[in-house]
Amino acid sequence: MADLIETPADLLPLTIGRCTVAPLSVGPVTSIAPFPGADLTAALAPMGLTFPAPGQIIAKGAVRLVWAGRALAFLLGAPAPDLGPLAAVTDQSDGWAFASLSGADAVAVMARLTPLDLRAQAFAPGTAARAPINHLSALILRPALDRFEIGVFRSMARTLTHEVEAALRGVAAR
Amino acid sequence: MTQSHRIPGRGLHLDRARRLSFTFDGKEHEGFAGDTLASALLANGVRVVGRSFKYHRPRGVLTAGSEEPNALVEVIEGDQHTPNTRATMQELYAGLAARSQNRWPSLAFDVLAVNDWLSPFLSAGFYYKTFMWPRAFWEKLYEPAIRRAAGLGTLSKRHDTGIYEKAFAHCDLLVIGAGPAGLMAALTAARAGADVILADEDAHPGGRLLADQPMIDGINAADWVAATLAELKSLPNARLMTRTTITGAYDDGTFGALERVGLHLADPGETPRECFWRLHARRTILASGALERPIAHPDNDRPGVMLASGVMAQVQRWGVNPGKIVLFSNNDSGLATARALNALGLSVTYVDPRPVAVTEDFPVYANARVTGTRGRMGLNAVAIDHAGGTSWVEARTLGLAGGWNPSLHLTCHLNGRPVWDERLAAFVPRPGMVPGLSVAGAARGVFSTAACLHDGLAEALTALHDLGIAAPANATAPHSEDAPYAIAPLWAVEAGGRAWLDFANDVTTKDVKLAAQEGFQSVEHMKRYTTQGMAPDQGKTSNVAALAVLAEATGQGINATGTTTFRPPFVPVSIAAMGWGGRAQGFAPQRFLTSDAQSRAMGAPMIEAGLWYRPSYFPRKGEKDWRPACDREVTAVRQAVGVCDVSTLGKIDVQGRDAGRFLDFVYSNTISSLKPGRVRYGLMLREDGMVMDDGTCACLAPGHFLITTTTAAAGPVMRHLDFVHQAFCADWDVRMISVTESWAQFAVAGPLARRVLAQVCDAPELPFMGCASVTVSGARGRVFRISFSGEQGYEIAVPTRFGTDLFARLVTAAEASGGCAYGMEALNVLRIEKGFLTHAEIHGRVSADDVGLGKMVGAKDCIGKAASLRPGLTEPGREQLVGLMPVSQGEVLSAGAHLYNERAPATRENNQGYVTSVAPSVTLECWLGLGFLKNGRARHGEVIRLDDGLRGRTVLVQVCDPVFFDADGGRMRG
Repeated sequence: MADLIETPADLLPLTIGRCTVAPLSVGPVTSIAPFPGADLTAALAPMGLTFPAPGQIIAKGAVRLVWAGRALAFLLGAPAPDLGPLAAVTDQSDGWAFASLSGADAVAVMARLTPLDLRAQAFAPGTAARAPINHLSALILRPALDRFEIGVFRSMARTLTHEVEAALRGVAAR
Repeated sequence: MTQSHRIPGRGLHLDRARRLSFTFDGKEHEGFAGDTLASALLANGVRVVGRSFKYHRPRGVLTAGSEEPNALVEVIEGDQHTPNTRATMQELYAGLAARSQNRWPSLAFDVLAVNDWLSPFLSAGFYYKTFMWPRAFWEKLYEPAIRRAAGLGTLSKRHDTGIYEKAFAHCDLLVIGAGPAGLMAALTAARAGADVILADEDAHPGGRLLADQPMIDGINAADWVAATLAELKSLPNARLMTRTTITGAYDDGTFGALERVGLHLADPGETPRECFWRLHARRTILASGALERPIAHPDNDRPGVMLASGVMAQVQRWGVNPGKIVLFSNNDSGLATARALNALGLSVTYVDPRPVAVTEDFPVYANARVTGTRGRMGLNAVAIDHAGGTSWVEARTLGLAGGWNPSLHLTCHLNGRPVWDERLAAFVPRPGMVPGLSVAGAARGVFSTAACLHDGLAEALTALHDLGIAAPANATAPHSEDAPYAIAPLWAVEAGGRAWLDFANDVTTKDVKLAAQEGFQSVEHMKRYTTQGMAPDQGKTSNVAALAVLAEATGQGINATGTTTFRPPFVPVSIAAMGWGGRAQGFAPQRFLTSDAQSRAMGAPMIEAGLWYRPSYFPRKGEKDWRPACDREVTAVRQAVGVCDVSTLGKIDVQGRDAGRFLDFVYSNTISSLKPGRVRYGLMLREDGMVMDDGTCACLAPGHFLITTTTAAAGPVMRHLDFVHQAFCADWDVRMISVTESWAQFAVAGPLARRVLAQVCDAPELPFMGCASVTVSGARGRVFRISFSGEQGYEIAVPTRFGTDLFARLVTAAEASGGCAYGMEALNVLRIEKGFLTHAEIHGRVSADDVGLGKMVGAKDCIGKAASLRPGLTEPGREQLVGLMPVSQGEVLSAGAHLYNERAPATRENNQGYVTSVAPSVTLECWLGLGFLKNGRARHGEVIRLDDGLRGRTVLVQVCDPVFFDADGGRMRG
């Protein structure tokens, strides 16, 4: 039995105007949901991480622990840790497709896709938000002022490309 | 001669080096860059630009802004026709093609102008009174004919293929309107460091400063505007949004706005035509200015009759030469305009009902009124009634200045009502009508330039205080004119003949009085009876005068009469802009399976389910439609093996010490007793006791479950679980997350299923309803021995990235064993043969007992149990799930049909039930149906009638158990 072949999510790289959207590999994705009252401080310490408050991204090298909802964080870029009875841990690596959106017009493009307040004081670089990208429910990371990383359900990757492309074209045409 | 009516050297916005040619009704004209369509037409001496709505009277440009009621034209861009474009808002571009509306065959000769002669019969309420009988004629005959006669432009009747845009913006302070108050407010707040958005609907911010051009701090206001805009543009925290109309005020500081992005470009390329903005501001200052109102006097609707402010703007901003002007005004602002026009060297005759001084450099008629006009296709003379009698004065333009109405529309969008100010003879906003929004300048009845500048400054300082931002040091307003505004209200001149209030909908003072006379005395009733204020302009220039005339007719007084309800949008908004992103495939996200490309390559038609695209069937050569393909696929599963992508089923990972307890709470049956490696069928009820969903529940490890949902209910079930957890047992040790997208899952079903499975993994010996983790060709995977077909069946899951390859291998293996891939049609036939449920049966109105699963409720408490015990859900006679087979084998059954006793007429009272699903069973060689029948379980064996009124089909069917095939389940267990 030959090994199964991997197929990437259906995302296309696009550069239109002063902005680029490209498929992004964030490494393994693991959801970590602490059980009520559980303190993960000690368990996460060996990785150099703490559990993020809402909107926070805790980064250690290429590994990031990203707030992803109520009592929920996504660990990006590292294998799933064994947290025993402290938290529910689920592999989400295949469930999400990530794309990066970057360039001088990245904020203008995002303003056409999401109702988030994109001003730096409201959505600071180095933080994350759960918000819609048009019809899509997304996890949005903002590593830098003009760079966003967008995660959506993998099956909807093509729609993400389609919606981002329309926004890119509109902004570029202006 | 081109541009015959242009004043040399005048026109703030004109670039005389750039001549643009355009057409109106096919005739070529020339204008300058910077023109609006209205100014360019006026400059070319084109006075008639449209026909009125009802009487088809010739109409010309009235204003210079978005309140324009008359100059509505159709803009033609290839297949794109935009009706009701306000010529005053449409900027000129090279090649612009515009067409007049509501005329046939031409603007100059309009057949339906006969309506004007018939006007004595066409007063308010005419249609209501005349076309009542016979009743059936209204919809079929009268209404279409009336609508054709009273039209406002036409549509191309093609899909709108234009590009639009929707966007969001956030700020500390939104300033609406960039006149003196708005500019001053925005400048003050931006200097203080607040994030400011300044939105103005004009292409050139400045408001009345551009038209009136008073001096500000010793310089022309137009220069002050330019300097202010330059400073705002230099500040990174200020954002100027021109061509952007705020269309509505909504909750919590949210506003809608329409930006005209590419409508003024000759070659827009991919530039969006319009952008619909959702703006959110912590604080808002409304500085929308005021709109001048006309005075209703006989024949005040001729082309050439304009608002005085419109004349001034057309002259100063676009260099339009109005010719000889009569200015009819009841207030000081009108007088100031007369002086300004005179100072520009134009011929002005001034008429005022007040006893004004006559010491001007132009003729003044004090204590006088305009009582009539002449000129069939354009004004040529004005009748002035004065102490010495009636004089006819030659004029090409009549400017009306009936006073100013503050543009307070947005303050009323949350249902606040303005208050009447006797001194200004105008409605003004009350404080606090929209939380977080304050009003500055003319929008709250502060009219002089100096007062507007001061007001903008003061409101900005208050807003900065509210925002917690320190005010800039030494914030002062510049000096400017501070003329008082005095007005003597004059709404209508009574001198016989028709006097227009609402130009857009052809409503006269007579119509309003008739409404009052006939009992429609409330302003809301008057509006609907006369249609006043119901045209695209929403009565911006006519509402206040109309209600004043009504107040006079009823004797109620203006304050007691009140205004009609102001609703968004403030200006017409293209549905295409609001709906952008939702056109065609943008309607909803599309979800694609990992097997999608291969299924399509195999020729499978795709159907959408829960946003997923799933293959209907996989046609082979010679199979003309779905039926032979479906029959072959069903036969393959029953006799060999079939492969089907079932990744769309919802999958939810549930973990925690209380996971079992939680699942017992949300499922009607017990889940907590499930051992690792085992799977159980589960039924979930809604809180109202009806069936919500069904699916399987697998125990992967102690305290770790994987539940599946139906495709369509994946989202709702996840939401339900989250709700139950948060609302009822937030402290329980349980967490859940969707893993639907993480796994590609395929059903392998049929007597040879194990053989196919062995091709891709070391298939473990699993008992029926067992599950195990396995390695699938190098990938970690899971195998479940479950069946939705009634055959020996497995579902094999791998991480989604491997789905495409695994599907290909399974299909190859199945085909090597005489099997094939199967689609939704075959899946449906297989499950109906087995009596398995889908949401066709558990459609939201059935209880567990109705579908024969009553025994799954009751052993313990669960969501929905209490409600399921309500008397109406337990008493006999309810419709119960049954199987249906045709008495005569070849007959076709249809879903949606109703069931009746054999000889009972097909009427509502005789209804015995209905059919939910049907399938052509190749296995049993007849059609099968599932349906709900009154007291159905006790009626097995009975012959009843299936009656499909829609398709005209009547079939005698035998009631039977819903499990048609392999009732003891030996095939799937074996």
